[in-house]
This record gives sequence, C-alpha cells and structure tokens, in this order.
Amino acid sequence: MGRTQKTMDANEAVAYVAYQVSEVIAIYPITPSSPMGEWADAWNAVKKANIWGTTPSVIEMQSEGGAVGAVHGALQTGSLATTFTASQGLLLMIPNMYKIAGELTPAVFHVAARSLAAQGLSIFGDHSDVMAARATGFAMLCSVSGQEAMDFALISQAATLESRIPFIHFFDGFRTSHEISKIEMITPDDMRAMIDEKYIEAHRKRALTPDRPVLRGTAQNPDVYFQARESVNLFYQECPLIVQKAMDRFSKLTGRSYRVFEYFGAPDADRVIILMGSAAEPAEEVAKLLNSKGEKTGVLKVRLWRPFDIGYFLQALPASVKKIAVLDRSKEPGASGEALYLDVVNAFYEGAQRGLWPSGQLPVITGGRYGLSSKEFTPAMVKSIYDHLKQNHPKNHFTVGIIDDVSGTSLPVDASFALPDDGVFAAVFYGLGSDGTVGANKNTIKIIGENTSNYAQAYFVYDSKKAGAVTVSHLRFGPKPIRAPYLIEKARFVGCHQWNFLEKMDVLKVLDPGGVFLIDSPYEAEEVWGHLPRPVQEQLIAKKPRLYTINAHQVAKACGMGSHTNTIMQVCFFAISGVLPQEEALEAIRKAIRKTYGNKGEEVVQMNLRAVDQTIQYLKEVKVPEKVTSMSQLRPALVGDAPDFVKLVLGTMAAGRGDELAVSQLPCDGTYPTGTSRYEKRNLAQEIPVWDPQVCIECGKCAMVCPHSVIRIKAYDSQHLKNAPISFKSRDAREPAWKGLKYTIQVAPEDCTGCGVCVDVCPAKNKAEVKFKAINMMPQHPVAAQEKENWEFFLDIPDMDRRKVDAAKIRQQQVMEPLFEFSSACAGCGETPYLKLLSQLFGDRIVIANATGCSSIYGGNLPTTPWSKNKDGRGPAWANSLFEDNAEFGLGMRVSMDKQREYAGELLGHLAGNLGADSCNEILNAVQKSEADIYEQRQRVEVLKRKLMEVKNPEANRLLELADLFVKKSVWIIGGDGWAYDIGFGGLDHVMATGRNVKILVLDTEVYSNTGGQMSKATPLGAVAKFATGGKPTGKKDLGLMAMTYGHVYVAKIAMGANDEHTLKAFLEADAYDGPALIIAYSHCVAHGINMTTAMQNQKAAVNSGQWPLYRFHPDKALSGQNPFTLDSRAPSIAVEQYMMMENRFKMLTKSEPEKARQLFKTAAENVSTRRRLYEYLAQGKLVAQEEPLKEGA
Amino acid sequence: MDLSVDYLGMKLRSPLVPSACQPLTGYIENIKRMEEAGAGAVVLHSLFEEQLTHDRHEINRHLSAYTDSFSEASSFFPQTGEFLLGPEEYLNHISKAKRAVKIPVIASLNGSTPGGWTEFAKKIEMAGADALELNIYKVPRGSDISSAAIEEEYISIVKSVRAQIGIPLAVKLSPYFSNVANMASRLTEAGASGLTLFNRFYQPDIDLDSLEVRPDVLLSNPLTLRLPLRWIGLLYGNVKADFAATSGIHKAEDCLKVIMAGASVTMLCSSLLRFGIGHIRHVDSQLRAWMTEHEYDSLRAMKGCMSQKNCGDPVVYERAQYIKALHQYQPNRDL
Repeated sequence: MGRTQKTMDANEAVAYVAYQVSEVIAIYPITPSSPMGEWADAWNAVKKANIWGTTPSVIEMQSEGGAVGAVHGALQTGSLATTFTASQGLLLMIPNMYKIAGELTPAVFHVAARSLAAQGLSIFGDHSDVMAARATGFAMLCSVSGQEAMDFALISQAATLESRIPFIHFFDGFRTSHEISKIEMITPDDMRAMIDEKYIEAHRKRALTPDRPVLRGTAQNPDVYFQARESVNLFYQECPLIVQKAMDRFSKLTGRSYRVFEYFGAPDADRVIILMGSAAEPAEEVAKLLNSKGEKTGVLKVRLWRPFDIGYFLQALPASVKKIAVLDRSKEPGASGEALYLDVVNAFYEGAQRGLWPSGQLPVITGGRYGLSSKEFTPAMVKSIYDHLKQNHPKNHFTVGIIDDVSGTSLPVDASFALPDDGVFAAVFYGLGSDGTVGANKNTIKIIGENTSNYAQAYFVYDSKKAGAVTVSHLRFGPKPIRAPYLIEKARFVGCHQWNFLEKMDVLKVLDPGGVFLIDSPYEAEEVWGHLPRPVQEQLIAKKPRLYTINAHQVAKACGMGSHTNTIMQVCFFAISGVLPQEEALEAIRKAIRKTYGNKGEEVVQMNLRAVDQTIQYLKEVKVPEKVTSMSQLRPALVGDAPDFVKLVLGTMAAGRGDELAVSQLPCDGTYPTGTSRYEKRNLAQEIPVWDPQVCIECGKCAMVCPHSVIRIKAYDSQHLKNAPISFKSRDAREPAWKGLKYTIQVAPEDCTGCGVCVDVCPAKNKAEVKFKAINMMPQHPVAAQEKENWEFFLDIPDMDRRKVDAAKIRQQQVMEPLFEFSSACAGCGETPYLKLLSQLFGDRIVIANATGCSSIYGGNLPTTPWSKNKDGRGPAWANSLFEDNAEFGLGMRVSMDKQREYAGELLGHLAGNLGADSCNEILNAVQKSEADIYEQRQRVEVLKRKLMEVKNPEANRLLELADLFVKKSVWIIGGDGWAYDIGFGGLDHVMATGRNVKILVLDTEVYSNTGGQMSKATPLGAVAKFATGGKPTGKKDLGLMAMTYGHVYVAKIAMGANDEHTLKAFLEADAYDGPALIIAYSHCVAHGINMTTAMQNQKAAVNSGQWPLYRFHPDKALSGQNPFTLDSRAPSIAVEQYMMMENRFKMLTKSEPEKARQLFKTAAENVSTRRRLYEYLAQGKLVAQEEPLKEGA
Repeated sequence: MDLSVDYLGMKLRSPLVPSACQPLTGYIENIKRMEEAGAGAVVLHSLFEEQLTHDRHEINRHLSAYTDSFSEASSFFPQTGEFLLGPEEYLNHISKAKRAVKIPVIASLNGSTPGGWTEFAKKIEMAGADALELNIYKVPRGSDISSAAIEEEYISIVKSVRAQIGIPLAVKLSPYFSNVANMASRLTEAGASGLTLFNRFYQPDIDLDSLEVRPDVLLSNPLTLRLPLRWIGLLYGNVKADFAATSGIHKAEDCLKVIMAGASVTMLCSSLLRFGIGHIRHVDSQLRAWMTEHEYDSLRAMKGCMSQKNCGDPVVYERAQYIKALHQYQPNRDL
C-alpha cells in the first residue's frame, strides 16, 4: 500500500515534522515563516502529541532574539528545542547561534529564507538571511521543494543529534514555503526510526542540572580562547558524513534518496550550474532538455552547504566539466564574490592542492546572482546561463533576470524559450482578496491532488495593497511531479473573477491560444462582448479561446454569500476544464465545502452547497466574434500631472511591469519622492459618501475619521466659486469665526474605499427622513464623473491660512490639509485616522521614524506612497529602519537635529556681527508654540538665508545648510503594539528615559496585525489571537502606567471613536510638551473580527466599558503642584462583557470554549474594575508642592 | 405545608419558577442558586430562531473576511475546532444544568416562522430537558396578512415542534389574538400541554437626542399581572392545559392570585432581575406565612378557586369595561 499523499505548503510540511520531534518550540511571527509557528500553536491547542506521546510546549516570545534565547535555555537544560524564522528574525538570532554552536548543542532552526532590508525592505524570498548567518557555526541544509522540506526537517533533526552541530534547515521563502504541492507524508514511525534515542540520552546527560552541576558560558582569556575555538573541528569534519548517512537511512525508509551534493545531468558535461534552493528544479529540467538535444550540461545541487565538504563536492562533479556558473540568491556588496561562488572557487583550488581534482583541469568558474526578493527564475534564464557559458570568456559576477544598464552585469535572456508542458494543465485566476478566489483554489488543488493521480502545484501572488488586494492564483497539475517554481507564463485556462480587472490589467497575456477564458460578468452573455475593452477583444480574436461567462456575483448574492464568488467560480472551472468528470468534481467540491465550513455550522455549509447546485445553469458560453467593436482602452495605472520619475518608474511598477525597469531607473540609495499615492486612482468603492449641505452641522467628524483622507473640508472666500462645476456643493460657513466664508465637504471619489465609517459617525440626521445623514453612501457609478470634476475643482480652492485655524477645535482643525492620503491600508482602518490627524497638525515640520508593520507597509510600500507635502513643498519626512529599533532610530534623529540646531546657533552667534545681533537673537529666542509663531520664524529664517547668501564666509555657507533647523521640528516615532509592547519595548523604555524631546505614537491594535493577528503583550485578557487560541489568559500590559512612573514623560491614552476632542487635545499637548511624549491610540483592526464600518462604535464601547480608559499625564502640571494625571473617561456605563461580545475576537471564545470564556470575561471585568479604581485613586491624588519636614517623633 | 404543584405532568416542589431570563439562567451557578432558594423548576433562557442561523453566518463572515488576501497574513485568527454555535452551545448548557440541579429544567425555544429550526427541539430533548417552552414571537408587518393566516402559522409551528419531541410542550404566547380562548384551545389540540400567559414583547423606544429607534427592555410591574390573571381565570377548566402565569409576579400575593385564578405555576423574571435570585426565598416564605395565616395546607386546595368557572360572579372576567369598577374609581379631585 502506498504512502499517504497530501497537498500542503512547505511551511506546514516542515512544521508537521518539527513539531513531532520537539519538546520546546519558541516562536515569533515573521513573514514568510509565521505559518510554521501558527501550525505549532494550533496543534498545541488541541494537545497534539509529538512522537514520544507528549505535547510539546509552544511559547511565543517578544522577539526572535527572545525566541532564540528561550531555545538556548531549553537546549541547555536538555530539551529538544526548535524555532522558525526568516530574514531580520534570523539576524536577531545570530548572537545566540554562535553560543549554541559554540557549545555543540543539537538543534534545528527552520528558516523560510527571505531578503534582508537594505535599500528597502522585502518580505520575499532569497538567501540573504542564511548567508548572513553562515559564520555562526550552524550546519546549513537546503531543501528545494515542499517534499524535500518535509524530508530535510527530519534528516536535519537526526543529523544534529548525532553530530552535535546545530542546523539551519532552509528553503526559499514564499516560493517553497507558500507553494502548495502534493507531498508524500512521513509517518511518526519514520521519525522514530530516524532518530536514535541514544543521542537524545546523550543530549540529556549534557543538560544543566543541580544533580550533576557543570558550568557553561565562561569568560575565556587570550591564553585559551583560541585553542578552545579550535576544539570543535572534528565535529564539523564528521558532520557531512553523518548527514549523508542520515540521508541514506531515510532513503531506505521512504525510497527518496538524497546526497549532500547532488549532481544531475550529462556524465560528461562540459558546463555545470551550481546552486541551492528551488531554482535547482528548473535548472535540472533545462539541462535535461538541452542534453536531449546533444548538449552536455549538468546541475549540482548544494544541499548541505555548511559544513562545506570539499571532498564530497568534487566527487559529485563530472571530471569533464570545463565551465561552471555558481549561482547565488544573494548579494554581498563589496565582496570578491558571493558566498557559494567563493566556496566553489576555493574548493577547486584547495581540492587541486590536496589531489582531489587534477590541477591541470581546473574549470572556468563564474559567479552569478539571480532571484533576489523572489525575482522570477525561469527556464529561459537557465538556458541563457548555459548559453553564456559557451563563450570563451564568460562574464563573471553576472546577474540574470534583470536589466543592469549601470554595471553591465546582466545576461541577455531569450524570453521565448520555454520547457514543453509535458502534459501539465496550467490555469491562472485573477481575483480579489475579498472574493475568496485564493481559498477556492486552495480547495481546488487539494481536490485534484487528493482525488486524482495527478501531481499538483498552487502558488499565489498578492499585491501590496491591503484595501482591494488583487490576488493571482497559479495552478498546475499533471501526471508527473511538477518542478516549476516559477509563475505560469502560458495558461490553458484563465479565470477573471472581477470584471473591472479587464479595464486595468492585461489578464489575457498568459492565455494560450485556443485555451479557455472565464469571466465573472455583471452583463448577460449576449451583452458581454460589447462591454469588453478593445485590447481584450483584440486578444480574444487573436487567441481564439472558448469564452465563458457567468454573473457569479448575482448567484452569490442569491445564495446569501455576499461578495464571495469563490465556490461559484470553482464550480465553473471544473465544469469547463473537464479535469475531473463533472459529477465527480461536484461531489469533491461538496466534500471540500463540508470540510472547510463544517465547523462554522450547517447553514454556512448549505449556503455553499446551494451555490454548487445553482451555478451550472447560469454558466454560458459566448461565441467570440471576428471583429473588434470596442473603442475603450485599458485605464492607465497612474494619472494626473505626475513628475517624470513618478510616471516612468512608479507608473511602470503600478502597471505591473516593474520587472522591466532597468537598474539605472531605480534610486541607488532607496530614496523616493513623497506624495505619490494621489496619482493612483484605484476606484475601489462601489458606494461613496455624498455630502448633504442642508443637513450638515460642520462638526468635521466625517473628515476626521476618514482612514484614507478622501473627505476634505475647506472654508474659503466665495470668489473661489467662480467657474465651479454645476454640481459643486457649498454653503455659508456656520462657524462664527468664518462668517462670510463658504464651506464645502468634498469626497475624492476615485480614492475612496467605500468603508462607510464617515457615515457611521455623522451625528447630523435629516429631520424629515432620519435614515439620511449629512453624509450618505450612494452608488459611485452615477455620481463618479461629476464628483471627479468637483474633486479637481476643490483641490484648486486655496487652503485656509493655518494661522487662522483654531487647531484645538475639530470643526476648525479639520480644514488643515492632510499630508497623509490615499494609503493602501484596509478599508475602515483604525490606525490611519491618527496618522492623518498628525499630518494635518504638524505635517509640515515632522520627521517620522516608522517601525516595520502595517504602518510601514501602507505607509511605504512601492509603487505609490501616502505621506505627502503641501504647496510649499513641505511635509513629513519618513523612514523605516527596522521593527525592533524604531524608538532608537527616532531618538537618533532627535539627537542629530538637536546637535545641528545647536551648531547652527553657535554659527549664528559667530556671524551675528555680519547679520545683525537683534535679528539673530530673535531667531535664537523665538517662541514657537502656535502656527503664527512658526510662520514668523520661517519668515525670519528666510531673511537670514538671503543674508547668508551674501556673506562670503565658510561659516555662512555651513549655516545656510542648517538654518532651517531654527524652525521647530518634531520627531514622531510611530509603530504598532508588536513593536512598542514587545520587540521594541527595551528601546522605547530607554528612549523615554533619556528625556529627549521625541513623540511616540503607538497604534495599538492589540495584535500583530501585519503578520496576521498574533498575540502581543497588548492583547487584552480573553481575546482570541494566534498563539492565544484559547483566549489570552493574562492581562494587557499597562504601557502608559509604566511610562508615567518616569514622571517626565507625557502620556495619553486615546480612542478617536470614543472622544475625538480628547484625541486632538492629546496630540496638541504631546507635541507642545518639551520632553518625551507617549500616545497610545486604540486602533480597531480587521483582526478584531468586527464590522469595520461601525468600528468607531467599538472604540466607544471599549471606553464606556472601562476596558480602554482615556487619560492624560502631563508632567508640566506637577511643576505647578497640580496632579499631572487626569482621568478623562467617565465611570463605566456598560459592562465589559457587553463590549467584548461586540467583537468576534472575544465572542468566538464563547462559541469554542464557553466556560473558559465566562471565566476570562469575569476576570477581565474584575481587572477593569481594579484598574479603574487605581486610576481614580491616581486622579484624585493631591500633590504636595513641597514635602513637609518630618515632625519630631513621627 | 405543601407547596407542590403539578405542571406539564411533572410534580414541582413549588410553583415559583424563574422564567426564561437570559442574564440569570445563562449561568449554571445561578441555576444552582435558584434551586437553593426554593425554585420548583427553572426555564432556561430562550434559544432564538435567529441565533440558530445568525451566529453561524457571523462567525463565518468574520473569520473568513480578509483571509487569503495579503502576502504576510493568509488569515487573522487561529484555527479552532468546532464552534458551539446556537444550538450546540445551548444544548451543552441544558446538559450542564441537568447535571447541576435536581429540579426540572425546562428549555425554551423562540421563533416566529415555520422552518428547519424547529428540528432543534429534538436535540433539546436529547440534551436532557424535562420539558420545552415554545415562545412564539411574531410582529406581523404586512397589512396583507390575515389574522387567520397568522394563527395558522402558530398552529403549524406548534405541530411541527410537537412532532419532534416526546417531552411535555408548553407554549408561551401573546395576548394579541382576536380570541385568545380560541387560540388556547387550538394550541392545546395542536400538542401543547401547557400555556404560559403572556409573553411581553420588547417594545422599541425613540431616542429624541439621537433620533434612533432603540430596543428597550422594560421590566414588568405588579400591574401587568392583571392580563394573565384575567385570561387564566377565563381559560381554567375550559382548556385542557396547565397554565403558567408570567408578567408582574413580584410577591406572594401575586402568586396566590394567579393560582387561585387557575395557574399551576407562577413565573418570575423582572422581580429576580430587580431584587436578585434570593427573592425566590423571600416570596416562598411570604407564601408560607400567608397560607399559615389563612389556614391553607396546600396550594392544590386553592388552585382555580377564583377562576371564572368557580367564582360567584363569572361576568367580572368578561366585560371589558366593567361598569362597577368604573363607578367605584375615585379620581384625584385636584386633577
């Protein structure tokens, strides 16, 4: 009987083994390795046992540095411990890895290899991270596919125990970690057979225990450190043999054979490519094809990279090899070559010296770079390398897959080269994140993989936007194992699950002539052709596919599935493609539905089953006419009068053609212009808010809460209404200070995401029909053209002079121009309204240090970015350093600017004679509290700069560069709770302790939002989160209270949805305070399981229940003897449980573990009550101005 | 002193029965306290028809929203096992309640339309409920629906539930029928062995500040007792069903009145919400004191003694505006 086969990705495959051969698992989320930890946590939650029958302990740590520390401790006390990580996470582990390896401690770290942040961050795959860890002393074993990843997880565990060398087992992030394929399962018996208990016993015997006390971690001195470092050499020498023996044992058990260096190709090959990772798969396939045509090529896969065994390496290569290309999936600027290349060069040199290779037959060795940040590595690229090696003097240090027009490293690639399809059926599906396309395709690939003898592969590409995220699913299946770790370039089937994609992207590019094209269309079958854009019609006529259409959205709606068209489109795929007999396919879909939705109740299952039964009747074939009839073209990716760089470079990225950009077109230091999101009109909203001036009370709340800054307010002189479009709305401003001015609230129709938060918070109701407010959601289509015209007219109306705006009143403050707009955050995001407010208040004079996380992604992900600038060219300057160092990064900015300001002051003093002492003193002593103060200071500095240009003096030149520092600049340090409460807390604490004038804004979503909702120390008690499946058993850290203990830190806890005036006050006070300030802002999130439209009500409930108290702690008050602490929220008016039941993060626990939920909810209520009493006590406390002397005898 | 009563074929030690009351009977600990305070049985909070369908869709919607949309997060919640949605959670509660107390546990199912949800009655029985109270709650909106059609729907629901279960079935209904007596009789014929009179609908209120229509729970007061008192008095002996009086029962006198009118049990909700579960003990002792003072050995002796059938002046139950009552009313002269 054959072994069980399952379809899964490598993350699951690796976690499956790692979990079962471990006792302690310390985890921390980081893309793309997070799912490994999540699997471990999920299995732990259901008490799944390891192969020894006990449930491993799984613990989430505060950082990767913490995770590796915990692993080190667990290993030292004799447990079998592991962790999962990637990228910066691995870098944070490096110090400890030296220790673990130095102490010869067996362990395996599983790494989904990922790029490192350099000129920019990338979440995608390459080997930069493992390369950076190569000197730690860890062995490094690389798997190239999901199957190998599962196998090597076990082989590495067996080898580490025997060799005592710790292992990094790595595989390509995303390409392997996230690719779903058919995998033959290793059984627990296999695991038991591979792991020799005697090595576990030996490990236990080395454990620290007071029963056999020893000491490790000594401080060694020059006399012995060196010798001790050399004492491990024999272990490393033996390790490759141990790994090979483990591979051989594994082969006997499973039939799958591996070599530490594995050669494939012609035995008499003259050209060989040497590489690691998934790219080896297409390399082998191309070599096979070329050899079948008489060429002599080969591929050497490096599986065990460290310890690098020169003997094994040279043995694996054919003696005939003349030219070698060593491919590194990494970049080491300044090195004489990348790491694998240098290893190979040395192996030949040393091998020749040791007589392992004939010294007269040394091949030509070239090094090349490929595939950084998941850049595609295709058969055509492999072919180009083999072709290039035919040259007499092949290029060294080449690149492939890019156009390097700066240093000329890139090889030419014949893009038309492709491998024969070999019976593989390839299908590509375009969908939205919200329509469930990816989920359906995951089911499809499981159905095919587990119901047929076909091999199957699925890979999913997501765009970088959070709102309106486009997904592209690449599915392959066929009779032979699929070794194609690259995107589909020719598909027999293309499904377009959103009609509007046809208007903005070339979805037919991948369609093979004569294939099948399926569209979800809002039009009847006979009307479809007439609505297709011209380029689509042209391609259809040229490629002559069978064209099918269905109004899946209508069917979904009728079945109660909302916008989830996944099941319907999946049925269509099976019905048309004939991959399985129709009834068999439908039955398999039904089975998958029961499995997928079974735990959510029979109604949900039935709803999907109804969709299965109803779909076929609505699926229609459309005959493709012979003539093009449409005149409409695809919409450009960017619009408006954008600068050339934006048009040419960012525009190409936005059009999905970023791969075509040459090296010279990209900034060499990662510097990009701000204010570019305004050129990308994404038109995501089906409905947009429309203002009703008759009902409006001009409170400004709609604009304040708008997460995407699409609702704007202006108060202006009526003369600006000349030439206004007919439909442009205005009214007389009712604000007394603006008497005589006109007032308009305008929506940016093409930038709105349609979240509806503005309507939810609008307090003004139409008195005749209370269902209407002063702002109402209306279908976008009928008003789109007029509102677009209105928006453009509105933008030209001058902004109000900031000196005339009372920034302390929301109704006035909201006319300030936002310098954060149209971000890619989720529709209804709870974080972005705070950032927009920050940008309005101080945007023209702030520098932002932004921790990695959601806010760095929607704030800084290419191509277009939301931080913007005003008409004077001023705006927030923004940078992201890392996740863990953000507070320090911001502090560095502050210290730097303070130093420059100080030096500028000194220079000004020196130059006072030339410039006029009075004007210099005015500049140096200017009070800059209000907008008017700052305006005046800017004027003074402008005068100064003009004067300086006339002074011919080196000091004047220096001062000219620094003069702008005389105008107040604030440093805002921004990040989420994962940063502030966990990974960056140490730095945050230190920065606050310094007393320096930095402002810290914590966007507290109470989970790691960006990586998918993992628990942080900000997660409240009772909330369900990843790594807290059974509800968080402990309370939220009171970060604000901790900060208050310093006494000199301004602290505010705010929730815009509960009290917007309080929020505004806190921002103003924080910025004005001459010292460190911390604002903790309640930020609702999709990870809360809530209706995002009404999420501001959740904020209100959180405050009203006492769960999220509002307060401010102002150190300046203490100076005047006042109590610095003000409790701003009233006594709870609703029960904590009432608030908790509004959010599925809490409520779901009542459905999964009702009794536990009750206990936790009860404890949560008690905690809230206790904390409230504490705050009330603090608020009531009287400060004594001066301590009275103790009386005698007291 | 014998406070025991017969209700739905069960012998209860006391007529004091906490009625379907979400904040109280949702907790096993409270049910234990009710037993300790002297309750004769307990009616669990209602499982609503909407809960059976809504919870499932809500969980599905929120747990699947934003999944498989982003590179860094294919989901936002951990994988969990089975969710106890609607009936499962409720069934669990019934089982726990049964294990926790010796007094009968009466489950409550609340719905308004015939449909698949009535099948859950079977699961309720299997979970161990001693009886089921079916609360039919309907506010018809369409002016084109006839009273007869609505009444027929009620009958259909009762038949449908009756067909699912072998345990006793009580029906809790509203007083808003053209002929309550006719409905009572037909519901009994359809399979109800008890009638709980009456359901009090939650009437919405208008918030003048926010211009919002808001659901508002109004607790009953002793005056609301008059309606069940009257109808139990009228129906007792004429309809073959046990009667449970609900609405406005706050003290022992209230209990005595409805028992004399013909009720088997007296259901407490608002008074427990106001005064706490310990109020049962208080009413129990008041009841005993009154019976001692008035020389009653058992409640059985007084049951129905003041019903229309047994009282001296049957007309008093019938006239809508009894002339004597009107004449006797002395308004405040200062009005």
